[in-house]
Amino acid sequence: MGDEGEHDVTAHEHDHDAEEKGLALRVKALEELLVEQGLVDPAALDRIVEAYETRIGPRNGARVVARAWVNPAYKARLLENATAAIGELGYGGMQGENMVVVENTPQRHNLLVCTLCSCYPWPVLGLPPVWYKSAAYRSRAVKDPRGVLAEFGVTLPAEIELRVWDSSAELRYMVLPRRPERTEGLSEEALAGLVTRDGMIGTALV
Amino acid sequence: MNGIHDMGGMDGFGPVLPEKDEPVFHAAWERRLFALSQAVPVAVPFGDDHLRREVERLPPADYLRMSYYEGWLLAIRSLLAERGILPGSAVTRVATQPPLAADRVDAAIAAGASTRKPEEGLMARFLAGDGVVARNLHPAGHTRLPRYVRGKPGVVVADRGVFSFPDSNAAGEGLRPQHVYTVAFDARALWGDDTTASSVCVDLWEDYLESR
Repeated sequence: MGDEGEHDVTAHEHDHDAEEKGLALRVKALEELLVEQGLVDPAALDRIVEAYETRIGPRNGARVVARAWVNPAYKARLLENATAAIGELGYGGMQGENMVVVENTPQRHNLLVCTLCSCYPWPVLGLPPVWYKSAAYRSRAVKDPRGVLAEFGVTLPAEIELRVWDSSAELRYMVLPRRPERTEGLSEEALAGLVTRDGMIGTALV
Repeated sequence: MNGIHDMGGMDGFGPVLPEKDEPVFHAAWERRLFALSQAVPVAVPFGDDHLRREVERLPPADYLRMSYYEGWLLAIRSLLAERGILPGSAVTRVATQPPLAADRVDAAIAAGASTRKPEEGLMARFLAGDGVVARNLHPAGHTRLPRYVRGKPGVVVADRGVFSFPDSNAAGEGLRPQHVYTVAFDARALWGDDTTASSVCVDLWEDYLESR
């Protein structure tokens, strides 16, 4: 890259830094105002952040998937009443109050999106990644999902049905991916280790 | 409203760019703002319908330029102003509740904030298997009826039960609880030949649907 290009990058970074600094100040001011008015306890904010940075994330969903892979009765309950079955493993609550699990089969692949905002099943997958909230994903997932999947390195056979679920109301979805072949000997815990966040969105196969 | 947020089917936003080993938050202020978005509604009465309404009211160019959490910051400020909480608000301050206490956080997350309502007395107008059409509505206010299904025929896959209605709730016109249905649309009914989807399932409130 030439000097001019480097200069542009630096200028852009300065703008970005200034913008971030401004946002940080505005959020701090808002927090202080709300604390002053007795509407927010800053220690509660710490606890919320901690919960979503440590306890609530895609490992929870992976455990649900692994349980369904090894336990047919659990899988049946999961597909019949996902909220209750996920609750059996101790997960639930905010943004997972009304869960639906959709199963990938040799005939059908499922893909999740929220075209209108960023609806996502927090108790099992955590907070959504930036790409899930991006205009690029939200605009194309419902029209050209195979094009989107290709960008994730996933190519489905032409004959497989590709069903997209747009979380436009208060149901929250999770994909139950297919169990990979040659995993018969693996423990439930080892199986959970194979499951990825993207597999439970539908942008990966597992 | 027919806003920029209603993105299903738009072209031109480029490829999806996943970030490798993405952190939960990208800056300290995002942590605080997310936590505020969860804690403030315990003390100040507003819900997701109101938050979404405010995000959707952002000017389209700003909506596209801003990060997701910056949009939330503006939306929360706007909701607080509307409720008389911000200094200089011209409106009367709403009644507030005590703040979410730190030792109540886990219980509050576990309890959630479901908008599901009792079904008693609310007969479902549609059954799984029924042919329906998404109504051709273009309200100026908040709605969860995506533009790309309006006027399109689909089939009810499931009755998901009764939920409060975002269009009326966001407008301060009551909860108007009603059934929500998952409706499957053949992708060709939505996009003609210009699609690589087989079908698209959308969750729609009863008021968005009519029989066919």
